[in-house]
Amino acid sequence: MKRRELIQLTASSLGLTIAGVPLSVLAQGKAGGTINAIVQPEPPGLMLGILQNAPTQMVAGNIYEGLVRMTEKLEPVPALAESWKMSDDGLTCTFKLKKGVKWHDGKPFSSADVVFSVDVFLRKTHARLRGNLGVVESITAPDANTVVFKLKQPFGPFLGLFEVGSMPMVPKHVYEGAADFLNHPANNKPIGTGPFKLKEWVKGSYIQLTANEDYHVPGVPSVKDVYFHVIPDAASRAAAFESGKVDVVPGGAVEFFDVKRLAALPGVAVTTKGWEFFAPQSWLWLNNRRKPFDNPKFRQAIMWALDREAMAKIAWHGYAKPAMGPLNSSVKFYTEKVTHYKRDLDKAKALIKESGYNGQPLRLLPMPYGESWMRVAEIIRQNLMQAGIKVEMVSTDVAGWNSRLNEWDFDMSTTYVFQYGDPALGVARNYISSQIVKGSPFNNVEGYSNPKVDALFDAGAREIDPAKRAVIYEEVQKLLVDEVPVAWLHEMKFPTLYRTKIDNLISSGIGLNDSFAYAKLK
Amino acid sequence: MNRLQLMLKRVIQGLAAILMIATVNFLLIRAAPGDPVSVLAGEAGASDAQFVAQLRTQFGLDQPLPMQLMTYLGKVVQLDLGFSYRQQQPVIDLILERLPATLLLTGSAFVLSLIMGVALGAWSSRKVGTWVDSGITVLALVFYATPLYWLAMMAVLLFTVQLNWLPGFGYFTVGADLSGMAFAWDIFLHLLMPSLTLALFYMAVYVRMTRSSMLEVAQMDFVKTARAKGVHPRRIHHNHILRNALLPVVTLAGIQAGGMIGGAVLTETVFSWPGIGRLMFDALLQRDYNLLMGCFLVTSAMAVLFNLITDFIYTLVDPRIELS
Repeated sequence: MKRRELIQLTASSLGLTIAGVPLSVLAQGKAGGTINAIVQPEPPGLMLGILQNAPTQMVAGNIYEGLVRMTEKLEPVPALAESWKMSDDGLTCTFKLKKGVKWHDGKPFSSADVVFSVDVFLRKTHARLRGNLGVVESITAPDANTVVFKLKQPFGPFLGLFEVGSMPMVPKHVYEGAADFLNHPANNKPIGTGPFKLKEWVKGSYIQLTANEDYHVPGVPSVKDVYFHVIPDAASRAAAFESGKVDVVPGGAVEFFDVKRLAALPGVAVTTKGWEFFAPQSWLWLNNRRKPFDNPKFRQAIMWALDREAMAKIAWHGYAKPAMGPLNSSVKFYTEKVTHYKRDLDKAKALIKESGYNGQPLRLLPMPYGESWMRVAEIIRQNLMQAGIKVEMVSTDVAGWNSRLNEWDFDMSTTYVFQYGDPALGVARNYISSQIVKGSPFNNVEGYSNPKVDALFDAGAREIDPAKRAVIYEEVQKLLVDEVPVAWLHEMKFPTLYRTKIDNLISSGIGLNDSFAYAKLK
Repeated sequence: MNRLQLMLKRVIQGLAAILMIATVNFLLIRAAPGDPVSVLAGEAGASDAQFVAQLRTQFGLDQPLPMQLMTYLGKVVQLDLGFSYRQQQPVIDLILERLPATLLLTGSAFVLSLIMGVALGAWSSRKVGTWVDSGITVLALVFYATPLYWLAMMAVLLFTVQLNWLPGFGYFTVGADLSGMAFAWDIFLHLLMPSLTLALFYMAVYVRMTRSSMLEVAQMDFVKTARAKGVHPRRIHHNHILRNALLPVVTLAGIQAGGMIGGAVLTETVFSWPGIGRLMFDALLQRDYNLLMGCFLVTSAMAVLFNLITDFIYTLVDPRIELS
């Protein structure tokens, strides 16, 4: 044991303090150092206002910032906004911005940047935000540090829109007046207000970020450099972590069957924290437009036939638990008061008989995102075959998979989606009729339509009283669980592997997609 | 017909071939289901009709197919390979950025495999029937039959994870800021494993080719004559047999050299070597049409070029081959 560690240990065990701060905290961690992380796959670019795919979010979450951050309990806390106030009628939200914030090029950040980002830039480039901005009537900046959002109608999950992935602030002075944001040359040199700046990107190898010396939180960030390594093969990523060249492996970057082995290495820890806001949920899409899926009895039969416990154990190695319904248990307004499906082959067979299924083979598209998804699909096939349903597997690559879903050319397909902390942000879109739109695999692809469900989700979004929202969402959950528009599989728990020499790696509800600002090296 | 005229003729033929290849590539790629817009929309986790339409217009994918083909060929003739949809950069820049890494990896593997393959093949043909011959043959068979990625993975597990002798991924040590000789040494260390794994596979092919070809030549009358005349066995082996047996090896080497650029996808993937093979594979998965066609075009141009060089070498190795 080194001397410093010894002092630290003694100090903390004796509970010594200097000016009220425990000695152990003062001794702990020194500024500087390097963190090596994996990003998988290589992001197409780092301009977060234009690209919203997972790898871009993970790297660019260090460069850009939103007005608020989301804690693990999904409470908004200040980031670029110092404080905010929602009027009693739920129609006006006033943000006070932090003073003295600078862009990476040294220009000051102000309310004009917020108005430009949201009203001009993101409205044009960010499809998910554009959908949610439908309720916003106007955005104005009465002075340099104040921004006022006026809404057309109350919107319960309003503050959930302001985290960095959903609403990153982009610099007005760089983009204003540009004819084409998508092809703007500045996209290759991202300029944000975040704790890290882009230093170098060697395509195919790594992305290097370096600490922003002028960051607006004193003493932050602690780490000097962050490298994101691009390693295309899952087994090689595991080897890179095992050999100590990499310190952080984000969820899903190594196969689930490798996690246990890697987590058991000395000086390594594993956590499933940091996914509270996204609350990923996997399910089996059922094409409600086609026979036999147009019959709710057949869809219920599938829920009874699936052995989701076994899938969680075998395919996900324990990093999943069966989903009860459309909401994950970490999402607001989740209820357990719904029908509980647990494998029952007799019930499944009876329902299949009642539904009049004629024995036609049904095509199952496994999600082409790695080995574990293949295993899930294989178990699903076996479960359904045991219940008397014929299943054919159709293998595709990612592009083929996207296009078949976009064109609704499938019977069943596995997938997973994010819920963004609130049913109105990430859940409703998968079940309401207005989201039956060709061209994207993340809306109501199954083609389920029920006016009652539509009305309930609409009412839930308009309501701002949490108690009333809870009643509405409880009703919609009961209804959906009995109707089975899709067969819910699991609440997924993505494990993040990291070396224990890093303290405070994950400090928010968006996990690694937030920044490494508060991480410390021991 | 003199050599220059012949070469000129072959160059023109080659250019025509490349243009035809470009057309076929274009049509083949479009025949695969899914387009770049659906991939980008899928990656974004959300999209709407406006987003999709905006991207299609931006990429020119809303034009009719024959029109797109004409636009593309028109650009290719002017050596403009277009713009990568996903990476938002000119295709030619992306390819040139990756070219040195690929040439270093495949070039060194090529030279290694050729030298080792011919040497081992010649040795085993001399010792035919002995344990040396059996050993080399079995080894060649094993390397030929073992999947390249498995061999690569095992090498990483042994030399990087277990022994910690060699770096397991990348092109150079990230963040070390080396220069000069230290940098070259660093690259050499990184190159060792991928280059050797790739070389072992091709080496196996050369061993088998050289061996069988030499055994065949050894049965020919002029060798028997030389032997009857009392020429020293080593001289017979080197000058009579080996030289005449090399022709099929040259053919094979020519083909391998042509396919070198694109042939290292698996090795590049396992060792995360930032080369063209990976660029091409990623482009395929993302349906990045322009980038994929650019990679195909460059690799096919390489193949044509090496064919020309091989033809030229033929005429040097074996003067009996007619120039016409």
